[in-house]
Amino acid sequence: MKFAVQINGSPYAGPAGEMAYQFVVAALSAGHTILQIFFYFDGIYHGLAAQMPPGDERQFTHRWHQLALQNNIDLVICISAAQRRGLMSLEESKRQNRADQDLAPGFRISGLGQLVEATINADRFIVFPGS
Amino acid sequence: MKRYLVVMSHPPHGSIHVQEQLDVILTMAAFDRSVSLLFLDEGIFQLLRGQSAEQYDHKETLAIFDALALYDVNDLWVEAESLIEKGLVSGQLTLPVKTIARVRVSQFMSGFDVILGG
Repeated sequence: MKFAVQINGSPYAGPAGEMAYQFVVAALSAGHTILQIFFYFDGIYHGLAAQMPPGDERQFTHRWHQLALQNNIDLVICISAAQRRGLMSLEESKRQNRADQDLAPGFRISGLGQLVEATINADRFIVFPGS
Repeated sequence: MKRYLVVMSHPPHGSIHVQEQLDVILTMAAFDRSVSLLFLDEGIFQLLRGQSAEQYDHKETLAIFDALALYDVNDLWVEAESLIEKGLVSGQLTLPVKTIARVRVSQFMSGFDVILGG
């Protein structure tokens, strides 16, 4: 079965990230496909490049990147939610005359249309809510 | 075509949540999706007539709700118990809504292909 996933909670403010990660790993190991993970609301903080938690803690951003690499998952950060919260890709920051590169490897920034398309193409759509 | 339900359960001005949820609804409408909305819990305040966010310098989400009909989003549902719990009647809401009893919500949701909330 093809799944699309939406994550609405930030990594450290609730269980959304951990629950989504466990779900995605379980779905993949059961032979399902994850078409896309869409990060919205405060979920966009999962794609912040400079997150450096201590080595003995969960590395959310790195985990998503590895999972996406190994399973060809499209990790999409919503552009309007990201801009509102100050997360900019190199391309966007150049346009704003800045030097930021906030987007972690493995993620891309795109619009809400990607979310709608994923719900059309997937057999199941699962939301992991924020607060 | 898949039928979409968006569950609106957040209060209107406590965060950016409703505004960002409306962005999703408008995008779905732009993709010609069939979208219904279900308001429950604090979410019913989103439609309360007479509200103003002006003093908080917050976007007037009520005006966006008023414009939804232009995008053919007009299948609006409110949970009856939520209205009672907040001391409201549907006549105080800015748009025409249908009410649904809490006990029927689960069955109602099963009629949709995609449900967004949270």
